[in-house]
Amino acid sequence: MLQVSDYSVSYGQSEVIHGMNFDIKENEIVAILGRNGMGKSTLMKSLMGMVESRLGSVALGPVDVSRMKSHERVREGLAFVPQGRMIFSTMTVKENIETGLTTVNDKKVPASIYELFPVLEEMKSRRGGNLSGGQQQQLAIARALASKPKVLLLDEPTEGIQPSIIKEIANTLKKIRDSHGLSIFVSEQVLSFALDVADRILVIEKGEIVREETRDSVDEKTIASYLSV
Amino acid sequence: MFSDYTSAELVSIFAMQGFAGLILFSVFVLMALGLAIIFGQMGVINMAHGEFMILGAYITYLLSSFFENNLPSLFSIYFFLAMILAFIVTAALGALVEWGMVRHLYRRPLDTLLATWGLSLILQQVYRSVFGAREVGVTLPDWMMGSIPLTDLVEIPFNGVFVMILTFVIAVSVYFLMFKSRFGGQVRAVVQNRPMAGAVGINTQKVDRITFAIGCGIAGIAGSAFTMIGSTGPTSGQLYIVDTFLVVVFGGAASLLGTIASAFTISQAQSTMEFFLSGSMAKVLTLLVVVGILMIRPQGLFALKIRR
Repeated sequence: MLQVSDYSVSYGQSEVIHGMNFDIKENEIVAILGRNGMGKSTLMKSLMGMVESRLGSVALGPVDVSRMKSHERVREGLAFVPQGRMIFSTMTVKENIETGLTTVNDKKVPASIYELFPVLEEMKSRRGGNLSGGQQQQLAIARALASKPKVLLLDEPTEGIQPSIIKEIANTLKKIRDSHGLSIFVSEQVLSFALDVADRILVIEKGEIVREETRDSVDEKTIASYLSV
Repeated sequence: MFSDYTSAELVSIFAMQGFAGLILFSVFVLMALGLAIIFGQMGVINMAHGEFMILGAYITYLLSSFFENNLPSLFSIYFFLAMILAFIVTAALGALVEWGMVRHLYRRPLDTLLATWGLSLILQQVYRSVFGAREVGVTLPDWMMGSIPLTDLVEIPFNGVFVMILTFVIAVSVYFLMFKSRFGGQVRAVVQNRPMAGAVGINTQKVDRITFAIGCGIAGIAGSAFTMIGSTGPTSGQLYIVDTFLVVVFGGAASLLGTIASAFTISQAQSTMEFFLSGSMAKVLTLLVVVGILMIRPQGLFALKIRR
């Protein structure tokens, strides 16, 4: 579904992602794990077109989206839940979700989104900035789902979220995958979360993928060693 | 200052100046709405905004002459057509300016300031070449002439009432556009977080262009309204641009309500003080008070409190 080939990203003269190759299959959840500063967020942002990449390609199904702008990638079927949620804080919950409808024909927020996140329906007139961290995370996911994506990218969705909500987020992602038939690519530092949701795990170290394992054959100790400081 | 007047005269003076202030308020609101939308959306300080207003005024002048000479039977309704045409032409020019100049200067506020100032000079010269250096005035339809006498000393002119109704209608329309429409949601999303707005599927460049065009279009309508209270010359827009910036900054650039409250406060203060002092002193005192308030409250009169 998502094919990343020989993919490099630079900030000016400094290359941060080096010739990366990986794919995400249809209906698969893939987690990419790594410490701070290893390039996870840069990779996510560049896949979304928010950071420019000059080398390599990103294909969504048969479509090469490498040179497309962010909104064009959304139209093709990519959606993004960024680190820190980045919801539109002065807009209401309903208005936030509606921004995700820009590329689809729906006039109203689909009922399936409120079914997935009932708390958002209860709070749809409240400003996004007045929600708790966990509710904001749900809102960011709901906003991304509104565009009816084929692949959902999430950058550290557990950051700043209390442990009880982390479990809920994991369950929600699995439910979304099953109900919407999505592929999900999630960056993380929390191994337990990744093991809970992912079918396959990649490890990123200094802008390169250094390890790839399926959930069934995962060597937890080795992966944990990549995450410890 | 007040001792030369009887209390009855003072009441009449305050009433008349208050009403004159309301007309000034209307022009300020129309100008500031466009400026605030553009500044809030793109961070662009459009120094040519006054010239967009004057373009609207010249279009109204041209239509006034055309209908007076060629279609006198329709003269009574020409003003409505003039406002629509003023909006369309200034919005189209705004879109062209955004495409040809402003979009290349985003995130370079000083360059944008300089470029739009240069544009204002070019437009002034174009107006001077086409319409001449002398100021021109429009002929108003009969139904806009005359006034409603309230007391022996106080009269309310029809054209002033018309300008205020027009301002109210446009302010309400802008409110619905920005806060009740899908496009308004896109504009506010881009204002808050441009990269994220793109990442949810909003074409931010298209939103920029449409917003710039609408902001300039509203200035064009302000120009139509302006012809009812003053004559139009190539540099007339310059008289209003500083006051309008003051309104936008004082009100808080992100707040529609703030813009309106600020326009009301500044126009009333200026209008009333102008009568008792000179026009220059009124401006100086208004500026001093506004600067003093902004030192205590730099975010302007209205600012939202939310968790970002």
